[in-house]
Amino acid sequence: MAEPVLAIRDLRKSFGALKATDGVSIDLYPGEIHALIGPNGAGKSTLIHQICGTLRQDSGQIRLAGQEIGTRTVAERARLGLGRTFQISSLAGEFSALRNVMLAVQAGQGSSFRFFKPVMHDRALTEAAMERLERVGLAARAHVPASELSHGEKRQLEIAIALALDVKAFLLDEPMAGMGPEGSKVLTGFLDRLRQEAPILLVEHDMDAVFALADRISVLVYGRVIATGTVDEIRNDPAVRTAYLGDHA
Amino acid sequence: MKREDAINLVLLLALLATPFIAQAMGETFTVTLVTRITILALAAVGLNIALGLGGLVSFGHAAFFGIGGYAAGILASHAMSGEPMLFGFEGSNQMPVVWLAAAIAAGVVSLAIGAISLRTSGVYFIMITLAFAQMVYYFAISWPAYGGEDGLSIVLRNAFPGVNTMRPMEFFLVCFGVLLAALIFSALLRSSRFGAALQAVRQNEVRVASIGISPMPIRLTAFVLSAMITAVAGALYADLNRFVSPSMLSWHMSGELIVLIILGGTGRLMAPVAGAALFVVLEFWLGGITERWQFFLGLILLATVLFARGGVIGLLAGKERHG
Ligand SMILES: Nc1ncnc2c1ncn2[C@@H]1O[C@H](COP(=O)(O)OP(=O)(O)OP(=O)(O)O)[C@@H](O)[C@H]1O
Ligand SMILES: [Mg+2]
Repeated sequence: MAEPVLAIRDLRKSFGALKATDGVSIDLYPGEIHALIGPNGAGKSTLIHQICGTLRQDSGQIRLAGQEIGTRTVAERARLGLGRTFQISSLAGEFSALRNVMLAVQAGQGSSFRFFKPVMHDRALTEAAMERLERVGLAARAHVPASELSHGEKRQLEIAIALALDVKAFLLDEPMAGMGPEGSKVLTGFLDRLRQEAPILLVEHDMDAVFALADRISVLVYGRVIATGTVDEIRNDPAVRTAYLGDHA
Repeated sequence: MKREDAINLVLLLALLATPFIAQAMGETFTVTLVTRITILALAAVGLNIALGLGGLVSFGHAAFFGIGGYAAGILASHAMSGEPMLFGFEGSNQMPVVWLAAAIAAGVVSLAIGAISLRTSGVYFIMITLAFAQMVYYFAISWPAYGGEDGLSIVLRNAFPGVNTMRPMEFFLVCFGVLLAALIFSALLRSSRFGAALQAVRQNEVRVASIGISPMPIRLTAFVLSAMITAVAGALYADLNRFVSPSMLSWHMSGELIVLIILGGTGRLMAPVAGAALFVVLEFWLGGITERWQFFLGLILLATVLFARGGVIGLLAGKERHG
């Protein structure tokens, strides 16, 4: 198999006596969607936070494209190609959708220290941003403030922002949460195509989406990976059935 | 033209026209009053970059205002006495030199203050900037070489090439020119890439970091630029009064600048001008009627915060729209 894009090795994180991440190792390979599932409080979000740098691990390694990133800042990890989407919060809620994506294009170019040229006249920004909005089907809403977008549209905007960055690996924490069945279906189709941009580590409770999308699944319980495998292997794993899936499988 | 642009233009023209009208009517004092508005507005244009665009509630900008004032006073006093100061430099009574010195001095100090205080946020940031400003204040008080508690007089206003700065009208025009330049800079800044990043950092710091823009350098740059502009205002203020004293460095001054911006409409381009005009007029009129004018100022401030978040500009031009 190819080299993993994202390699997590023996990661540990405790909150007091609680071992929220207890020796987790996960690989994310090129072109795959790797789903991370597990009951509430299993430590999925905590793991995502450590990968993107908003939480510091107690020990263990995180490598992105062969480079150790475990001690870098959030912004440095992002510049190295870690793309994360957020559940509810917008990048800049007061700005229009277009300006949000423009900011991401600007970040991708690494050029925020320019003081005089108005961004709205900067076609390198506006055109690149508009193109991303068209790809996620949000072009018609380009000039609406991000805070006034619907729930689903905010998710689309998040993806457009991710597309504007040169992402090597995506981290998506519950992208389907709060979306209606129709929205979930659209987003599922979209994520299916997104994996061609970069592999996705997907935290998701919506099992229909997980089974439809995932190439591999890891099951996290009490901070430990109790199983990793293909969809079929996980569905038929007795330990997983008792710990999490129950009647879902 | 957008409505806000039109309002901004009208405000600027009114600011420019008032002294001419006043002088024609023989009201020279009004010229001085409008000059005071102009200089306070300039100081607030500086603070508005940190506070309005960056969301950095600096309660220590009096330090930079005062540093600018002392730069003007100290350079002028050495130019007058001929006594050399640091590195054998003999002082200067030329405004451009004074402004440059003010901006550089405030730039260096704000870099140090910012590098430390920007590690904190919220109330801690407010308190730590206040603490630094108080340190500068007490330093000035206990520094006898430049007047200590009594302050320092400037015998003749510093000079500007081709202008007689001792004439109120001409001095006003110099101040107005600097304000205009600062407003143009501020307008360009807010619509630039840097301005976009700065405003986004205010709105959602974590999210901005997650797309690869480090918040700290953005904030520090804004803080330093902001301090430099406020320092130039301080130099002009010292020239206006022909006097610098530690009161320019006091926390009242920091508070006043914040109040100006809130009254004008936090973050709006012309908030400093609208706020300074309202503040000085209130101070003058209410101050003439009652000694407790600040009580009424407090009520107006309260009403602004509770019912008119956008301040004067918000009332006139409506909610801000970003492209
Ligand atoms: N900052 C923190 N301080 C203390 N405990 C925390 C902190 N963050 C998370 N925890 C605890 O760590 C455990 C793992 O939480 P986490 O949010 O990672 O779970 P999760 O798998 O994302 O759950 P969910 O499916 O509900 O989103 C929980 O018991 C939680 O209470
Ligand atoms: Mg979670």
